[in-house]
Amino acid sequence: MNGKYQHWTLETDDDKLLWLHLDKAGASANTLSKEVLEELDDILTGVEKTPPDGLLLVSDKASGFIAGADVKEFTEVKSRDEAAAIIHRGQRMADRIEALPCATAALIDGFCLGGGLELALACDYRIATDSLNTRIGLPEVKLGIHPGFGGSVRLIELIGAVDAMPLMLAGRAVGGYKAKKLGMVDALVPKRHLVAAGRDFVTRKPARHQPGRLRALASSRPLRPLLAGKFRKEVAKKASKEHYPAPYALIETWEKHADNRRQWLDAEAQSVTDLFETDTAHNLVRVFFLQERMKSLGKQKDYQPKRVHVIGAGVMGGDIAAWCALQGFSVTLQDREPKYIAPAIKRAKKLFDMKLRPKHLNTAAGDRLIPDHKGLGIEKADIVIEAIVENAEIKQALYREIEPRMQPDAILATNTSSIKLETLGEALDKPERLIGIHFFNPVAKMQLVEIVRTDATPQELIDRTSTFIANMRKLPLPVKSSPGFLVNRVLMPYLLEAVELLSEGNAPETIDRAATDFGMPMGPILLADTVGLDICLSVANILGEQLGVAVPEKLKQMVDAGKLGKKSGEGFYRYEKGKPVSSKDAPAPDAVVTDRLIARLLNESVAVLREGVVEDADLLDAGMIFGTGFAPFRGGPMNYVKHIGEGQFVQKLQQLEKQFGERFKPDSGWKNLQEPRPRDAGQ
Amino acid sequence: MNNNAMKGRPVYVVDGSRTPFLKAGEEPGPFQAADLAVRAAQPLLNRQPFSPEELDEVITGCVMPGPDEANISRIAALRAGCGKAVPAWTVQRNCGSGMQALDSAARNIAANRADLVMAGGTESMSQAPLLFPPQMVGWLGQLNRARKPAQKLKIASRFKPSYLKPVIGLIRGLTDPTVGLSMGKTAEILADKFNISRAEMDEYAVRSHLRLAAAQEQGRLSEIEPLYDWKGVVHEHDEGVRPDSSVEKLAKLRPVFDGRYGKVTAGNSSQITDGAAWLILASEKAIKKYQLPVMGRIVDCAWAGNDPSEMGLGPVFACTPLIRRNQKKLEDIDYWELNEAFAAQVIACLRAWRSDAFCKQSLGLKQAFGEIDDERLNVDGGAIALGHPVGVSGARIVLHLLHVLKNNKAATGVASQCIGGGQGGAMLVEV
Repeated sequence: MNGKYQHWTLETDDDKLLWLHLDKAGASANTLSKEVLEELDDILTGVEKTPPDGLLLVSDKASGFIAGADVKEFTEVKSRDEAAAIIHRGQRMADRIEALPCATAALIDGFCLGGGLELALACDYRIATDSLNTRIGLPEVKLGIHPGFGGSVRLIELIGAVDAMPLMLAGRAVGGYKAKKLGMVDALVPKRHLVAAGRDFVTRKPARHQPGRLRALASSRPLRPLLAGKFRKEVAKKASKEHYPAPYALIETWEKHADNRRQWLDAEAQSVTDLFETDTAHNLVRVFFLQERMKSLGKQKDYQPKRVHVIGAGVMGGDIAAWCALQGFSVTLQDREPKYIAPAIKRAKKLFDMKLRPKHLNTAAGDRLIPDHKGLGIEKADIVIEAIVENAEIKQALYREIEPRMQPDAILATNTSSIKLETLGEALDKPERLIGIHFFNPVAKMQLVEIVRTDATPQELIDRTSTFIANMRKLPLPVKSSPGFLVNRVLMPYLLEAVELLSEGNAPETIDRAATDFGMPMGPILLADTVGLDICLSVANILGEQLGVAVPEKLKQMVDAGKLGKKSGEGFYRYEKGKPVSSKDAPAPDAVVTDRLIARLLNESVAVLREGVVEDADLLDAGMIFGTGFAPFRGGPMNYVKHIGEGQFVQKLQQLEKQFGERFKPDSGWKNLQEPRPRDAGQ
Repeated sequence: MNNNAMKGRPVYVVDGSRTPFLKAGEEPGPFQAADLAVRAAQPLLNRQPFSPEELDEVITGCVMPGPDEANISRIAALRAGCGKAVPAWTVQRNCGSGMQALDSAARNIAANRADLVMAGGTESMSQAPLLFPPQMVGWLGQLNRARKPAQKLKIASRFKPSYLKPVIGLIRGLTDPTVGLSMGKTAEILADKFNISRAEMDEYAVRSHLRLAAAQEQGRLSEIEPLYDWKGVVHEHDEGVRPDSSVEKLAKLRPVFDGRYGKVTAGNSSQITDGAAWLILASEKAIKKYQLPVMGRIVDCAWAGNDPSEMGLGPVFACTPLIRRNQKKLEDIDYWELNEAFAAQVIACLRAWRSDAFCKQSLGLKQAFGEIDDERLNVDGGAIALGHPVGVSGARIVLHLLHVLKNNKAATGVASQCIGGGQGGAMLVEV
């Protein structure tokens, strides 16, 4: 059987093995779009009629096997019936592959995710390459759903629930070595042997992999409820059932139906169909596209910077340098004296050890990070990042010194969080060459980087800088040079309101609880303690002055008393061994606590949007989700406003204004929101 | 010995750097030899107007690379960013390895085979391997070959605890197998032959420490680039220095090589140390092409063999012909770097040159070669104070000699060292 479809190519070799090549037309990665699956449907009908001696699924894309379902199609689903049909078709496809009389294998090089892995799991064998790009997993929960093409059933059958469930519940993908160890793949080979290994497996037909006896036992009827309880407890640490129903639904289908395969598969399909309808799924899919949009901001292919020079080896500068080295840049790290650089080197090693296991790669990352107290790297750098003390004069003096030494087209970027770009630029011959790249702490964890521009910043420079940020696997978000940019600006009133609530006598636990119940990853009081109250105060002072926001007395008192938060052992919480001592007896928060916190955050968001600090509401949402962890299942502040209704919020603000004063006065920007929005993500 | 001076194109030194020398303790130090080489090279290469990929080759001296550091030069070159296309090779002439690397680079440039070469040495003596004795290796081999369980058991039962007694690579490396003497014993032999007292040796050692301490204080060691280890510690200075060293303190140390009647102690010997040093050598063509500054010129280099049991006299046998074949006299040399393997050995060299009898008999001269002024020898201290990472010292003394000549507005210098196994190496430089 030979043939050419739009996305698939069929090739039968002399041994009567059918090689099924997927090369999705017009795409850089394979996804299981409607068309791709329809063609596969047709192909399988033919295969069922005249089965070959073996069938091998292969990708012709360099990027990987199959990245999963076509998420774009998710947004086009109009009804529950349509969703059910999609899931049913996918499940049937996997069932049919599984039922083929010949041996089947999936050959995996690069990613094999979601629906892609579900098809691979329907094969008798999976063979993967030992490339570092090989990533295998079922990340569906990150989109608010769970596997629906029989993948949750088959993965548990293949390796046992003890290993399979945590992977699916976290949506975690694993590399080739781990996949082999877990039994997800049957062999791990260098790419040059992938075809030979596939041929060997489908002709030799060894026994299919099975979980060990102990692991199989974990799925037995008497043990399932125990294990399910344990899984639920683990999930609850990260996500509540109310906000993120998918992982809980996944546990439930397994717990209830694992004794009867047909029922189990049906329950999986049913459950995913239900999840498809939830706001959480819609919002998480939206977040996915927001992320894609930010990534696409940095795709200038002809700009490939290699050398980065970072000045200032403090927490931010040092960690930025380490991250750049980890991501393959050659980095020189400068500070006044070697002793200021040494701690950054220690932290960098920790990062490399965590992220880069293979010794030669770990060593190479270490070699790429070059301490440079003499600043020798300035002359050769493609990008110079300044991350020194927040003092305009000192920064300006530095710029005067380095500008003549830099390559003419090298990017000069500052990590300032509070000084106007326009002021700093005054020191330069070409002020417009200065751009802001504002990282968040901790650098290794926070995905967002604000790219700060003035009205004079050339678009070309913004594009190059975005590309640099995207190349280091961060999400670039262009923002206008204005106090606090986006994230700190929107976050600050929310933090100050929390301090206000505290000085009114509320327990810190109560206030934090209000925020985490809303879906924030960390309460504002704990956040302030973690950032450091001195830093909060200094940012609040600068922003407060520029935006006319009052800074609560309480915050000043704390800093004066030397209570700086986690780093000093005491802030609003007391810390023992770096962990806050919190009381479980604090009263549950009133609705008004949540209202006050969120209202100030949303009111500031609207102000930021009105001022044009970010291009549109979608990017604002993206910035807050990836910069602060703002409840992703709510899709971001502006999406939340839209969901509840603008009018209702304005009313609430007016009410709060009467009760608590002018800081709740609705921003004039609320009026603009009634008009239709220029663009929506994912459309 | 062929007595011809180096011919061909002139060879220039344009720049150089080294790590601080880290004193080896009981445990392995923070760096492998390749790590040291990379970290010494990076700042040096970073400040050059050319890219590391434009080097013609990299040559590295190293006596005891780690088990995963075969041809350590290539490893260091690749890791320091020299790229895949720059060839690299490792040389080993014991304590002469670092100087051998420079000589090899210089000769390739002189012969028009290269224009731009990075050469030097690296050594992590603290990480010298512990080895299994051959009996253990044989037993393991047999055990691996055994197929059947019974056979395996039989061979396993032949194991003897003595197989586990480690062979200390460092001690073996510092022992001459042809004469069965440790390096320290060869120093004892010289102390006896030239009638050098313990006090004289200790005085010499104190001077080395005080001179290094002064050089550190007055910033005369600008060739050092700081080393950062993964624990967040920065090493900026040679660690072996003891500014409070005194003859009284050194007198309390016990002789280590010859028992209670010996004179050579840890205090008047060079220290076991980790470090790396690099120089960049260039032809005139490369100097013009990249507009490189000139630190000095390598004029000639000589190697000589002598009695292994008197290996410390090597410099006498190498320097004398080197100076003579370049039509110079001892008095023409402005500054000397004579590597301080042992105080006894340095003093022995000076006495040999002062001795009519020795110079007549052993060097074929008509009379004594001459006397080196103390103020022109190892002016900023030496290996007794800062350590002797064996593969590195040759490169270090040449690099530092160039600095000394420049700082003192002098013209001509000789760097020389004794070499385990009975050899001497000497390099004549001019600025």
